[in-house]
Amino acid sequence: MTRTHTAPRLLVLAAAALLALSGCAASPEVPAETAVATPAADSLAIQDAWVKAAETGMSAAFGTLENSSDTDITVVSADSEAATMIELHETVEDDAGAMVMQQKEGGFVVPANGSYELAPGANHMMLMGLTAALPAGTESTFTLTLSDGSEFEFAAPAKDYAGANESYEGDMDADQ
Amino acid sequence: MTSAATGDPHPGRRLSRRHLLLAGAAAGIGAASAVGIDLSTRPARSAHQAAGAATAAVPATDGTETVTFYGAHQAGVDTRPQASVTLLALDLNAGTDAGALRRMMRVLTQDAARLTQGTAALADSEPELAVTPARLTVTFGFGPGLVARAGGERPSWLRPLPAFGIDRLEPAWNDGDLLLQIAADDPVTVAHATRMLLKDSRSFTTVRWRQTGFRRTPAVEKPGTTMRNLFGQVDGTVNLVAGTADFDSLVWGAAENPAWLHGGTGFVLRRIRMNLDKWDGLDRAGREASVGRTLAAGAPLTGTHESDEPDFAATTTIGFPVIPEFSHMRRARSENTAERILRRGYNYDDAPASGSVSDSGLLFVTFQADVDAQFVPIQRRLDELDLLNQWTTPIGSAVFAIPPGCTADGYIGDTLF
Repeated sequence: MTRTHTAPRLLVLAAAALLALSGCAASPEVPAETAVATPAADSLAIQDAWVKAAETGMSAAFGTLENSSDTDITVVSADSEAATMIELHETVEDDAGAMVMQQKEGGFVVPANGSYELAPGANHMMLMGLTAALPAGTESTFTLTLSDGSEFEFAAPAKDYAGANESYEGDMDADQ
Repeated sequence: MTSAATGDPHPGRRLSRRHLLLAGAAAGIGAASAVGIDLSTRPARSAHQAAGAATAAVPATDGTETVTFYGAHQAGVDTRPQASVTLLALDLNAGTDAGALRRMMRVLTQDAARLTQGTAALADSEPELAVTPARLTVTFGFGPGLVARAGGERPSWLRPLPAFGIDRLEPAWNDGDLLLQIAADDPVTVAHATRMLLKDSRSFTTVRWRQTGFRRTPAVEKPGTTMRNLFGQVDGTVNLVAGTADFDSLVWGAAENPAWLHGGTGFVLRRIRMNLDKWDGLDRAGREASVGRTLAAGAPLTGTHESDEPDFAATTTIGFPVIPEFSHMRRARSENTAERILRRGYNYDDAPASGSVSDSGLLFVTFQADVDAQFVPIQRRLDELDLLNQWTTPIGSAVFAIPPGCTADGYIGDTLF
């Protein structure tokens, strides 16, 4: 179900441009040369991917990213036809001591020969503006763009799940 | 069961000691009690261990044993019956169309495939409960309503059984669209799998009925021992044996079944209430005559061992049949060898209504390729005459089609949808 493919050079450039536009201070540098040598996507895998089923609005995707290479892999963005936008979120403690979700500066860094868990109540991919109802059993395809511009694609089924109701920094959607 | 073969006057005691040792050593069930048993049986222990090693028929009881999920047939049919079962009948919601059925069965199949192998389901909120599979199997069955919803061909026998005179059916225990048979050697494993599967069924179905049953666990009794029902009777002696030609044709056969069911079978559940209070009034000879078997060994009244063939022609000195004409065993048996079924029942012992001390009975589960050709004739004979009917009452009845197994790329029911 999980497959990877090498990004063409154009995509690498596009990704780099996107990062520049986003103006995010923590964005990693994107040396195009390394992407040509060994695309990071070839060393990335995801286990037990799933998405919380939802009627409308927002949802979240989970799973365990695994990096089989000797170099850290950074996920800089995620896309899916299931949502108009996907943000990479982390859990942090706010000023009041409550755990809230916010966008992860610099993306998800999957350590070399290690894994990075996305789970309810912790780091996750936040789906905003669902393009259609996402009932249980629906399979959605996701594309992760990595810092070297390569892309990693995977599919994840939707599951009914009562948890993952964390509040989000900025209160983007009270219904979540 | 083995007493005759070994000549051991106390086979049960020997076996239970050996199994307690196994259970204690392997599963860590109370190290202190295992040690205690060890000391008390030390002189005979090495002999027992040698016997166990020689037969090699005793599976581990450490809870890690798994039953393969993917395959030509669903598990839970030819699987040696586990100790605990939960049977669920679900009704499809009005909005559960063919597309939703596909989504539901994909999710439930994935849950079952993972849980049976000791892996938490996706989105499992209690993953620690999934790590002891204890031979967990999850078997799915389709009722006529589901087959119709999917637009598939209904096997001719997939419908409520004909009404029998002995029936006192209570609607709460009848029929259903989707069957889940969830069984393992540990009730916690069954409870967790049941919870997970019901959470993932909830947006497609509602629970129609739920029935739980039990047998002795392999930790306390030699696996494969014929179960005893709550009347104390050895129940299920003559049965189809997995892997034989009889089993293949009578359980997995029936070429007349629709193509989507090939590799599958038919399922019948009869919830049979057993009136233990009335049974209490019957003496031992009467109890044995009602079935035609001894209580001690389950042997035919004309034999000495459980496996002995009954001699229906044998008569007493005054000319009456030794195995009475009205006995359950005689009535259940057909001269037509095609009229045989796989019995895979469980005891139930639920909370009684106020004023009563028992609500007990049998979840009489059977598998057969053609319910009308195999199950119904037997039930008709028992309906006409069976002394056991004095103490037993069918109060629930359900028939399901058990679709074939699937590959890792597919899902249960993919031949239908």
